[in-house]
Amino acid sequence: MIPRKFEYLAPTTLAQAVSFLRKYKDAKVLSGGMSLIPMMKLRLVSPQYIVDINNIKGLNYIKDGGRVVRIGALARHADIEHSPIIKKKLPLLAEAAPQIADMQVRNLGTFIGSLAHADPAADWPASILALDAELVAQGTGKRRIKAVKFFKGPFETALKPTEILVEAVIPVPSGPKVGQAYLKFERKAGDYATVGVAASAVLNQKNEVQSLGIGLTAVAPAPFKATEAEEILLGQRPTKDLIEKAAQAAADMSDPSSDLRGSAEYKREMAKVFTRRALNKAFERAGVSV
Amino acid sequence: MAAKKMVKQTEPAKKNVSVEINGVKYSYDVEPRLLLVHFIREYAGLTGTHIGCDTTNCGACTVLMQFDGKWKAIKSCTYFAVQANGKKILTIEGMAKGDELHPLQKAFWEHHGLQCGYCTPGMIMASAGFLMINPNPTEEEVRHGISGNLCRCTGYVNIVKAILAAAEEIRSSGKPVVEV
Repeated sequence: MIPRKFEYLAPTTLAQAVSFLRKYKDAKVLSGGMSLIPMMKLRLVSPQYIVDINNIKGLNYIKDGGRVVRIGALARHADIEHSPIIKKKLPLLAEAAPQIADMQVRNLGTFIGSLAHADPAADWPASILALDAELVAQGTGKRRIKAVKFFKGPFETALKPTEILVEAVIPVPSGPKVGQAYLKFERKAGDYATVGVAASAVLNQKNEVQSLGIGLTAVAPAPFKATEAEEILLGQRPTKDLIEKAAQAAADMSDPSSDLRGSAEYKREMAKVFTRRALNKAFERAGVSV
Repeated sequence: MAAKKMVKQTEPAKKNVSVEINGVKYSYDVEPRLLLVHFIREYAGLTGTHIGCDTTNCGACTVLMQFDGKWKAIKSCTYFAVQANGKKILTIEGMAKGDELHPLQKAFWEHHGLQCGYCTPGMIMASAGFLMINPNPTEEEVRHGISGNLCRCTGYVNIVKAILAAAEEIRSSGKPVVEV
C-alpha cells in the first residue's frame, strides 16, 4: 500500500519544526509513525507535508526529577518498558508498556506521539489520566495542559495544529501506601484494548484513600478519568462494596460503541469488571487487603 | 456537467537516501513516500525481506536497524526510506557468515521452525532483536517477544523451540547475537 505523495521535511531544531507547522497548513508531525504511517498507507490521512522530528536532538529522555518524571517526545514505548526509573517510580507505565502492540512497534512508537494521536483505544492516555500528568506543548511559546483537559474526542486533543507535544510531566504518587495497576482486556496479543483501566492509589496509615486516579480507555469516544468512581473511594477505607460501587460508577461514565471487539453492553460490563480488578490490584500492591 | 475541479499537484522533491545494508552502502534518490521495505527489495535488490500484510501486523518485513549504536527490530513496511538515511540496516541476507548459518538460522532448520518459509526472514530478524533485549528468555517470554510475527503453518511450537535453542547456543558461544 502506497501513501499519497508528500513533501518530507526533517528539521533539526524544535523551532524549525514549529516554523514548518506554521508555514504549511496541511502538515503532520512524524515521530514513531506507528499510527500515522498505517493511516497514510490506508489513505485515511494524506498530509501534504511530513515534519519528521526524529532528527531533533535532546527529545529522547526519561528524567527522574524527584517528585516528577519527565518523558520527552522521542522516548519510545520500549524505552519506557525497560526504564529502571519508570519501574521504580511509575510502575503503572512499566506494566502498560509491554501490553502495547508488539516489540517492533514498541521499538519505534513514542509515548508522546501516542498521546498526541489520541486514539480512543490507546493505552497511554488512560495511564496519564490516572496519574494526573501535565503535557507540554511547544508552539512559538510553551504551554502546559493538564491531561484531563487534553483529550477532547476521538483523535482530537487540545493541541493546536501549530504546536508539537514535547514532554509529559508525571507526578510520582507518594504517601504512606502506594499502589498502581494497568489492566488491559484484549482480543488477541498486541491488539488495541477492548477496555483498559489504569488505577493509581495512595492510602494513609489508617488505610484511608488519600488520593486516587482511575483512567479508562476504549469505552468512550475519548479516554476519560472516572472522577465519579474516584469520589466514592476518596477518604474511605476500601471495602468490597465500595470498590463494586466505584466500578459501577466508572461503567456508568463510559459510553462505548459496538464494534468487532464487542457490543456496547458487553464493553460497559467489562469496564466495570476491569475497574474492579484494577482497583483491587492497586490496593493489594499498596499493601491493603480488601 | 460541472467542470472537474482542478487539483494543483506539485511534485514533491526526491530525497537522497544513503544507507548501509549488511555492510554494503546503497544510495538512491527516492520519493519520500517510498517505504523502507520497497527500498530494500526493489532498490537494493535484497528480496529476503518479505511483505506480508503491509499493515504492521504480520512482521514478515522485520529488519534490524541501528539506533545510537544499538540494533533494534522494526517493521520496514511502516517506515519511510527517507527516515533511514544515514542508518545501518541488517536483513536476513546479512545473518550467515559465508557458508556458516547464523545460530538462529541453524536452529530453525534443525527444529523444523518453518514450513512454507514466508514468515521466516521476519521471524529470524525479530528473534535476533528480541534476544538482544532478553538473551535468556523463558518459553513464555519468547512467545510474547515474537507476538508481532505471524506464521500460518507451524503453530509456532517449533519456532519457539528453535529460538530457545538458538538463545542457548548464542549464550554458550559468548558471541553477540549479531556480528556485522
